[in-house]
Amino acid sequence: MSETLSEFESKRLLSEAGIPTPAERLVFSPAEAVLAAEELSYPVALKLCGRGIAHKTERNLVRLDLVDAGNVRRQAEDLLAQRGPDEAGAGVLVSSMIHGRRELIAGLVRDPQFGPCVMLGLGGVFAEALSDVAFAVAPLGPSDAEDLIDALTYARVLSRFRGEPEADREKLGQILQTLGQIGLDRPDIRSIDINPLILVGSRPVVADALVEVEANPS
Amino acid sequence: MSEILERLRPLFYPEGIIVTGVSAHPGKFGSASYHNLLRFGFKGELYPINRDGAEVLGRPTWRKISDVPSGAADLAFLCTPASVNEELLRECAKVGVRAAFVASGGYSEAGDEGRHLEHRLVALAKELGIVIAGPNGQGIVSTPISMCAQIVPPYPPSGPISMASQSGNIGASFMNYGVLTGVGFSKGISCGNSAQLELADYLEYFGEDPETLVSLAYLEGIDDGRRFLEVARAHSARKPIVALVGGVTERGKRAASSHTGALASNARIFAGVCRQAGIARAETVEEAYEVAATFARQPLPRGPRTLVLTVAGGWGVLTADACIQIGLDLIPLSEDLREQIDKMVPARWSRGNPIDLAGGETRDTIPEVLELTAAHPDVDAIVYLGIGIQAAQAHAIKSGPFYPDHGLDRVVEFHERQDRRYALAAAEASERHKKPILVASDLVHTDRAYGNPGPVGVKESGRVAYPSGHRAVRALAQLVRYSRYRQRLES
Repeated sequence: MSETLSEFESKRLLSEAGIPTPAERLVFSPAEAVLAAEELSYPVALKLCGRGIAHKTERNLVRLDLVDAGNVRRQAEDLLAQRGPDEAGAGVLVSSMIHGRRELIAGLVRDPQFGPCVMLGLGGVFAEALSDVAFAVAPLGPSDAEDLIDALTYARVLSRFRGEPEADREKLGQILQTLGQIGLDRPDIRSIDINPLILVGSRPVVADALVEVEANPS
Repeated sequence: MSEILERLRPLFYPEGIIVTGVSAHPGKFGSASYHNLLRFGFKGELYPINRDGAEVLGRPTWRKISDVPSGAADLAFLCTPASVNEELLRECAKVGVRAAFVASGGYSEAGDEGRHLEHRLVALAKELGIVIAGPNGQGIVSTPISMCAQIVPPYPPSGPISMASQSGNIGASFMNYGVLTGVGFSKGISCGNSAQLELADYLEYFGEDPETLVSLAYLEGIDDGRRFLEVARAHSARKPIVALVGGVTERGKRAASSHTGALASNARIFAGVCRQAGIARAETVEEAYEVAATFARQPLPRGPRTLVLTVAGGWGVLTADACIQIGLDLIPLSEDLREQIDKMVPARWSRGNPIDLAGGETRDTIPEVLELTAAHPDVDAIVYLGIGIQAAQAHAIKSGPFYPDHGLDRVVEFHERQDRRYALAAAEASERHKKPILVASDLVHTDRAYGNPGPVGVKESGRVAYPSGHRAVRALAQLVRYSRYRQRLES
C-alpha cells in the first residue's frame, strides 16, 4: 500500500533535496491565509492541501492570481469549506504566483527490472495527451541528463522560442539528476510527479508535486 | 584470461562434444545436431551417444557417457528428454564436462512440472560446477572452430559479428542474412529459457572476446535490468551492440497512481536504457542485421556530415530526404568539389548534394568522384547509389539473341568490369580515408540471379550492399549515433 504526501510535504521534500520550489505557507484559516499572502506579496495562488488530495484542477481546488486580501480571505474560506469528510486535516497552501508559458513534467518511477527511473516530458494539462516523454535509469550523470532532455521529440521548445529565452539546461539537468538520487537514497518513495515544472523565463520551478510513499504499516 | 572468457570457453571453444540422443533416425534433434557438427567440419572431437551403440551416418557411436575418455569432452549437447537429463549431466560431470547446452524442451516453457525440472537442473549444474545454456534452445555456432551445434542450421560464414538471441528462429534469421550478404559471424547462441546463463552473460563474453567486433542481440525481456545496463555499458565502451527488441510495446504500462507511472511503458524505459548504454536499436530483423554488418565492416564516421552520390535522380532525392529525416547532416557541396566535378562531367549534373551525375559519367568518373569526396575534410560519410546498372544492361545483352556479335561482347565486358570496379573503388576509398561509404542499389539480389558484378564486387570487398538508400541511411545514422557516444565517453 502507498499513500500520497500532501503538496506541501512533497515540495518540502524536493526543496530539501535542492530542487527549486516557490515560496509558500501552509495555513488553516482565512486570516492566516491573508497574513501569508501579505508576507509573500501579491499575486498569490491558493490550493487546498492535504494528504491524498490529487486532481486539484478537476475538483476546482486551485485559485490563481489573487491580488488582494479580500479575495484571498474569500477564496480560503471557500476552499476550506470544500474539504471532504476524510480531509478535515487539510489546509490551504498559499504560494507566490509563478508565471511561465512552457510547462514540463518530471518524475520518478520504479521499474520492476531497471529500478528507479527518471522521466522528463512536455507537461502541464496536455502531458498525457502529448506523451512526449523520455526516461533514464538512475543514477543520472550530467550527460545522461543532457541526453534525456534531448530525447524529447519537441526538445526545441526548450530553446529560444517565440520570445522565450533558452531553458537553463544545467538547472533542468540538476533537477533530473536529483530525482534519480532520491530514487536511490529513498527506497520508501514509490513515485514522484512534478507536474507542472514551469519554466519561469529560463528557470525551471516546481509548480505542483506529489510524492507517493510506502504506507507506514502501523 | 578474464573470468567470463574462461567461464564460457567450453561453450564457444570446446575441444570435445558429447551429443546425447543421437539415433539412427535422421529426423531426431540429436541426430540432426550430430549431422550439423560433422557436416560443417567441427574441429574438435565428437562423442555421439546412442544407447544401442548403433552406427549413425556410417560412424560408430558410444553406448554410455561413462565410456567417453575422461577429460576428452568439455561440452555436452543434450537433446534427450528432460526426464533423463539430470542423470546424463551427472555422468558428463564424471568424465570432465564443464558446460552443457540443453536443447531439450519440456522445461519452464511447458508448465509447472517443467519449471520444477528446470530448477532442479540448474541446482544440479551448480553442484557439479557445470554451466548451463538453454534449455529449450536451438544451439550454438562458433565459426573459429567450425562448430554448428544446432538442431537446425543455418551455419553462417565466419566474420566479426557475434549474436545472442532470446528466440532461436530470430537468431537463425540473423545468420541467414549472413549467408545471403556474406558478412559473417564469429559466434551465435540461442538463449532458450535462460535458466542459468542469460543474454547479459553472452554479451559480457562477446564484449571481451577478441574475435567479436560487434554484438547483435534479440531480446524479449530482461530479468536483471541493472546488470544488463552495466554489462551493456562496459561493452559499448569498447564495441557496439545492436539490439532488436520484441514484445515491448506501449502495452505493459504499470497500474499507476502517478502521471509518471502511467507514462512509464516498458518500451519507453527500454528506449532510455539503449540511449544510456549506447545500444543501437533496430526496428526490424533486416535492419538489425544490416546495422551490425555495417559496424562490422565500415569505419566509424567522425560526424554526421553526409554526401549522397548517385547516377540517377530519384534515388538521390529520396535518399537525401531520408538523411534529413533521420538527422544526418546533408552538407552543401563545397565550392572546390563543385569546381572539380565540373571539369569531369557535362553541365547537366546536379552541382549540389546529392551529387547526381545524371548519366554524364565516363570510364573513370565514379572512382575519381568517390576518391575526391572521401578525401574531402567536409565529408564524414558517403552513400553511393546505383551500383549494378551497367552490369544489368550487360546481362540483358548477354541473355539476348544478338550477343556476342555486333561488338556486343566488348560492351558487355566493359559494363561488367566497370561495375565491379565501382564496388571495389568504394571500399578502397573508404578504407584509405577511414570514412564509411555505403553502397545501395535495388539490384543487390541480382548477385545471385545472374552474378551481377556490381553487388558481387561489394560482397567481395567484405561489405553489405544495401537494398535501398533508406536502408543504407538507417545503418549510417546508427554509426553516427554510436560514434558520438564513444567520442563523448572518451572526451
